[in-house]
Amino acid sequence: MWSIYKKELNAFFSSVIGYIFIVVFLLITGFFVWINPDSNVLEYGFASLDVLFSVTPWVFLILIPAITMRSFAEEISAGTIEILATKPIKDVSIILGKYFAAMTLVLFSIVPTFIYFYTVYELGSPKGNLDSGAIWGSYLGVLFLASAFVAVGLFASSITKNQIVSFVLAVSLCFVMHYAFDMVSNLDVFYGRFDAFVQQLGMSAHFISIGRGVIDTRDLTYFLSVTAIFIFFTHTSLESRKW
Amino acid sequence: MSIKVHQLTKTYGSQKAVNEVSFEVATGQVLGFLGPNGAGKSTTMKMITCFLPPSSGTAEVAGYDILKAPMEVRRRIGYLPESNPLYYDMYVKEYLGFLAGVHQLGSKSKSRIAEMIELTGLQREQHKKIGQLSRGYKQRVGLAQALLHDPEVIILDEPTAGLDPNQLVEIRSLIKSLGRRKTVILSTHIMQEVQAMCDRVVIINRGNIVADDTAERLQQNLQQEAVWRVAFKETVDLKTIQRIAGVKQARQDKQAWILTAAKDADLSAAIFNFAKEQQLTLETLVKEQSSLEEIFQKLTN
Repeated sequence: MWSIYKKELNAFFSSVIGYIFIVVFLLITGFFVWINPDSNVLEYGFASLDVLFSVTPWVFLILIPAITMRSFAEEISAGTIEILATKPIKDVSIILGKYFAAMTLVLFSIVPTFIYFYTVYELGSPKGNLDSGAIWGSYLGVLFLASAFVAVGLFASSITKNQIVSFVLAVSLCFVMHYAFDMVSNLDVFYGRFDAFVQQLGMSAHFISIGRGVIDTRDLTYFLSVTAIFIFFTHTSLESRKW
Repeated sequence: MSIKVHQLTKTYGSQKAVNEVSFEVATGQVLGFLGPNGAGKSTTMKMITCFLPPSSGTAEVAGYDILKAPMEVRRRIGYLPESNPLYYDMYVKEYLGFLAGVHQLGSKSKSRIAEMIELTGLQREQHKKIGQLSRGYKQRVGLAQALLHDPEVIILDEPTAGLDPNQLVEIRSLIKSLGRRKTVILSTHIMQEVQAMCDRVVIINRGNIVADDTAERLQQNLQQEAVWRVAFKETVDLKTIQRIAGVKQARQDKQAWILTAAKDADLSAAIFNFAKEQQLTLETLVKEQSSLEEIFQKLTN
């Protein structure tokens, strides 16, 4: 698994993909947190990073499928999957190697935003007057969300040899998993009866819940389950060898 | 026996790509797997290498069943797939290093990689990106990949496709030297290749084995008649030429006559006597071998 992990991570950073991912993520979140007049922290007047954590899922929704789209689709179209699959390595190790490589890239992009955290911490009046628990919780939420998006992205990539199909499919799936349940819960059919239940099916509700700074095992279980399910789907798709 | 294939079958929908194929290959044998495009060569190889699951039947590689112990089989097989897929963004050494890690070669990695680079003649290209290499060198990288972990069984799917004549000679001699110690299956649709490298030939057509023998014996057995090429300085007409004892059929090919006789008839004496009788000057007298190409065409049409 670590051989695959190393190879994937090298692939990110020997091409521009890895750098673009990190730079674009920081540019977009930086714009909303510091520059955009409607949302920047400086004019908002409150020492909080809520903006960062409401923008991040949207940015990941596009960026994560962009880094996972090639993971299997490229191996399938180039035929290198035949090399990997005939080596003494389990399919699940191939998938996990790619999963951890993508997660490492996500981590590299999140770490620089600790500067935002530090700045807002310093800007607080009095200094340090902000809800650190909520912020750490939100960071954890971001990681779990990214984990689910990566798993969805890997799955989308494993069922096609076309990277564009893989990308579009991953974005759509992530969007549906993240927001659609929230929106649908407001439909008359559900409203007032099942809306809370329907909301709980989506990632958004769990992401917000973790972001409050209270770690609820149900939220963690939810994200880990989504990740595990999509890794399982990816495995099934690879095993079937139907490309 | 290094490889035992037992009634291996692969069906796609209602079409049988490979139909109950069985054969065995002994250690130290080079087996040529021959057949027209789409005959099922690659599919059979993909099943033996544990890439595609068979619809029914099974195979044994170095004593391990492909269905029951796929990891053991994979450890013992070196496989070069048909299109020689490679990571074009990786450097030659980086790629081999990655595979050494996958094979868990550990401390042996460095020396094995150096050995492979030397064996396949990649010294001058070892620091280049794979994508920058010419086709022949990419093929060598593919071979180095297949041989890196010193496998007992080597399966090469069209290893010489797209090589220039010099590269062909090199790669063929490399494969031949491998065949001394290892079991090799290689597929091809080039006949000279089989004659040059293989101890045994299995010809497959539409998923079925149609021949399994040595190249020489195939050539002998399938030859039903002897063909002679004769040319005289003088012009001879068809009627006269048919007077030669034993000639079944005669036709003209440019200046020469192509004479067909029974398989074991010795026409040369008859032709010589005929020339003397008719006072003709003999310019050419050759017995033509029916080539493996023709045998191949006969078997697969």
